[in-house]
Amino acid sequence: MARRGHTLRAESRPHGANPAPQEAPAPLAPGLLTLARWRLLAMHREAHVGHVGGNLSAFDAMMLVHHEMLGAADRFVLSKGHAAGALYVTLWSRGLISEAELASFHADATRLPGHPPAGGLPGIRFGTGSLGHGLPLAGGLALAARLQRREGRVFCLTSDGEWQEGSTFEALIFCAHRRLSNLTILIDHNRLQGFGTTAEVASLDPIGRVLAGFDVEIREADGHDLPDMRRALVPGTDRPVVVVLHTVKGRGVPAIEGRLDSHYLPLTEDQVRAAMLGIPPTGNAPGTGYA
Amino acid sequence: MRRELCEALVARSARSDLVFLTGDLGFGALEPLRDALGDRFINAGIAEQNMIGVAAGLASEGLEPWTYTIAPFCYARAFEQIRNDICFHRLPVRLLGNGGGYAYGVMGPTHHALEDYGVLATLPGLRIFVPAFDSDVAAVVEAAGIEPGPAYLRLGRGELPAGCAAPAYAPWRRLRPGRGPVVVAVGPIAGIAWSAFARDGEDGPDLWAVSELPLALNQPPRDFIEALSGRRLCVVEEHVAQGGLGQALAAWCLEGGVALAGFRTATAAGYPSGTYGSQAFHRRESGLDAASLRERLMP
Repeated sequence: MARRGHTLRAESRPHGANPAPQEAPAPLAPGLLTLARWRLLAMHREAHVGHVGGNLSAFDAMMLVHHEMLGAADRFVLSKGHAAGALYVTLWSRGLISEAELASFHADATRLPGHPPAGGLPGIRFGTGSLGHGLPLAGGLALAARLQRREGRVFCLTSDGEWQEGSTFEALIFCAHRRLSNLTILIDHNRLQGFGTTAEVASLDPIGRVLAGFDVEIREADGHDLPDMRRALVPGTDRPVVVVLHTVKGRGVPAIEGRLDSHYLPLTEDQVRAAMLGIPPTGNAPGTGYA
Repeated sequence: MRRELCEALVARSARSDLVFLTGDLGFGALEPLRDALGDRFINAGIAEQNMIGVAAGLASEGLEPWTYTIAPFCYARAFEQIRNDICFHRLPVRLLGNGGGYAYGVMGPTHHALEDYGVLATLPGLRIFVPAFDSDVAAVVEAAGIEPGPAYLRLGRGELPAGCAAPAYAPWRRLRPGRGPVVVAVGPIAGIAWSAFARDGEDGPDLWAVSELPLALNQPPRDFIEALSGRRLCVVEEHVAQGGLGQALAAWCLEGGVALAGFRTATAAGYPSGTYGSQAFHRRESGLDAASLRERLMP
């Protein structure tokens, strides 16, 4: 399966298989999180591609779930497929995608395109990218576990704009009605979508209060605060859990934090360097965009 | 074919991995299946996109999901879920589309399925079943059940002519031999064609029923290929011409250098009068009734 220059580690697992459970999940070290974020920035910079804003807003949660919560019986579905880079780097940080493979991101003949592909990569059960597909798939996984009398949690990470898709609400109705308590839905609530703020385009704000009308358990957390997310991500009891993660698009790159253009524009060398060195931005200060 | 479908799936229900999902349809027909499956019978509500996505999730965990709804609510409403969630992943989800062609009659065009297998034949690895007779359903369910990848079943109403006995199920079947044109019909409309030509003698058409598509996954049998040379080929389908078997067979003949004496199709014409009626009414309007077929297809 390996192609020239791009190899998966020898421990690569079958299509969609989850990483093997750690003996005892160790807390996600802040240093590893920082290192991985830098790798994500470098990868996007080298590939000269955008979508980095929505990768960075979701990255902390993705890393936390993968490092501390995902065992062999658990599943993760990335419904906001445009955060593929964050997923690839997360899997790299777990030793499931090699450095060489990561270096092929967005290149011709890569197995790591701009949205997760279907089949073939360990830790990626479903190809996603068109929004509104992940939650129905996750609902199917959660229902399967129930029918097969299996333990295991299913995590589904959605964007906030994605809740404008009718199929996402179809799935929420289904999962709530069936009280799929093994399902945890994370919403990356960075308040920015492709061409405006969620409040401007088609507001569901406050999304937590809107979704509270369904038979689900609503929790809220700072999506960049690990202890706060750990508290919010404990298993549910008798119904699906929806965790609204308050996040910042472009988090970790001061020049693009909270800015609409972080959705599409690639990073500059200076922006990456400033992010790594902690240099505050000049010119447009954070928060002057669509924060 | 709903009753036969229910019987076939009840017979299969002992499989612990079978899960049936319906888009809130099946009243008066599927109750025995509901009773047989218990918690593996899922009424997913009026939400076909979710139902298909859920089915993909179930299949990825090794379960055997079958989804059921009126055909257009499956292939048209949830096309992207079929493409992305099922076919991109080659997942063995069985999609049951009830009411192929004009089967829903005066219920109107929103309920008709005139382009289903043409659209779905563009997807990777999707096998399409179009049972022709009610007696085919059990065999089709069995065949779809062992498919390692996705399958779509177009269900309609069998049209077995009086006095005729349906041959055992096969993807391609010769319904009657003849020295006339070679006539190929897809699914239940084969019964209408059979009734049109049942009393013809040896000079009548060589009539075939096709129940599995696309052509790339189900090559015609040798007898059919040998019958073609130097004869006229006529294709009958309750489906629009675009994407139908007729177009596929025409290309197949050209690529294979098959020398035909002529080529004709009889396909669904939509709603030429702008009025609506029974399935028989719409077939007449499209020239798909027995009398029209005789007139259009015979020399």
